[in-house]
Amino acid sequence: MIIDWLRARRGGSARTAKRRLQFVLVNDRAGLSPAKIEAMKDDLIAAISRHVDIDSKRVEISLTKDRKKQRLVADIPLATQRQRAH
Amino acid sequence: MSATVVTVTSGKGGVGKTTATANLSTALADSGQKVVCIDADIGLRNLDVVMGLENRIVYDLVDVIEGRCKLRQAMIKDKRLSNLYVIPAAQTRDKTAVSPEDMVRITDELRPKYDWILIDSPAGIERGFRNALAPADVVLIVTNPEVSAVRDADRIIGMTEAEEKDEPKLILNRVKADMVRRGEMLRAEDVLDILAIELIGVVPEDEGVLKASNQGVPIVLNGRSKAGGAFRSIAARLMGDEVPIEDFEAENSLFNRLTRMVKTGGQPA
Repeated sequence: MIIDWLRARRGGSARTAKRRLQFVLVNDRAGLSPAKIEAMKDDLIAAISRHVDIDSKRVEISLTKDRKKQRLVADIPLATQRQRAH
Repeated sequence: MSATVVTVTSGKGGVGKTTATANLSTALADSGQKVVCIDADIGLRNLDVVMGLENRIVYDLVDVIEGRCKLRQAMIKDKRLSNLYVIPAAQTRDKTAVSPEDMVRITDELRPKYDWILIDSPAGIERGFRNALAPADVVLIVTNPEVSAVRDADRIIGMTEAEEKDEPKLILNRVKADMVRRGEMLRAEDVLDILAIELIGVVPEDEGVLKASNQGVPIVLNGRSKAGGAFRSIAARLMGDEVPIEDFEAENSLFNRLTRMVKTGGQPA
């Protein structure tokens, strides 16, 4: 029993199941597959790059959920000053 | 009298919809309520055999819809409880033989004379599910603590919301306490975190459920079964009684009892 408890605390397969479900349901609910998000990211990079230099390799788009509202969060780092100067 | 229509659904097949429908209907009838349960899984008739009534069928749901018999003639009286009836599904037809409007019409005809109408929905998200959902006042979603079943339950919740029904309630079925304790099975709180709906009951895995369906006697009629007790509690919650959700996980575990004693300052739990 103590062993069960220790094992449960370390996290058995149930923890993995919960994490995978949370991930897959965020995509299911939005009707956005990881592949679609990737395609959207490319479009976004192309659009923003026309106006400002960005560090396109580090752009990240993620779906998140707070309470009942789903949110698409984009993290778009600008190119550094030094890159722009030269 | 105006019946409450309860639709039992799941998305994924094989999670225990028919078992839940048969047991909740029987438990409600056993508490003196007048109950009709309808097998809406056209083409795959099941509810009758789980309830042990397969030899009494003359007419079915599609016969009623197509006017070959009166509604009353398709209602099979339960062997044990005189205030419980089953309307069986047709076997020789498919889901297109029934429309959502047909289900609303049939339940409206039954509503004045009964307290509860339970509808056993087919698996899936197609026409059969829409038929079962159309007349629902209360939607119960049955799931197992398993990734595919929980994912499908989430889809069904979304579709129920799209139909502007009240928020569905969750039955978590076939929970294995020992696996939960070892961290190898999702616990009720995990599933609720993910699905974010109200829990109406947790049913433990119980060999007796299979034995009961072998015999055609719903498990709620077995006074000693834990699963039967869990279904009776759900029926009581449907009737508005405040029955706490059972904690099967902690049962029979000395360690859990000790930790609870520590938490409650030495008082045996």
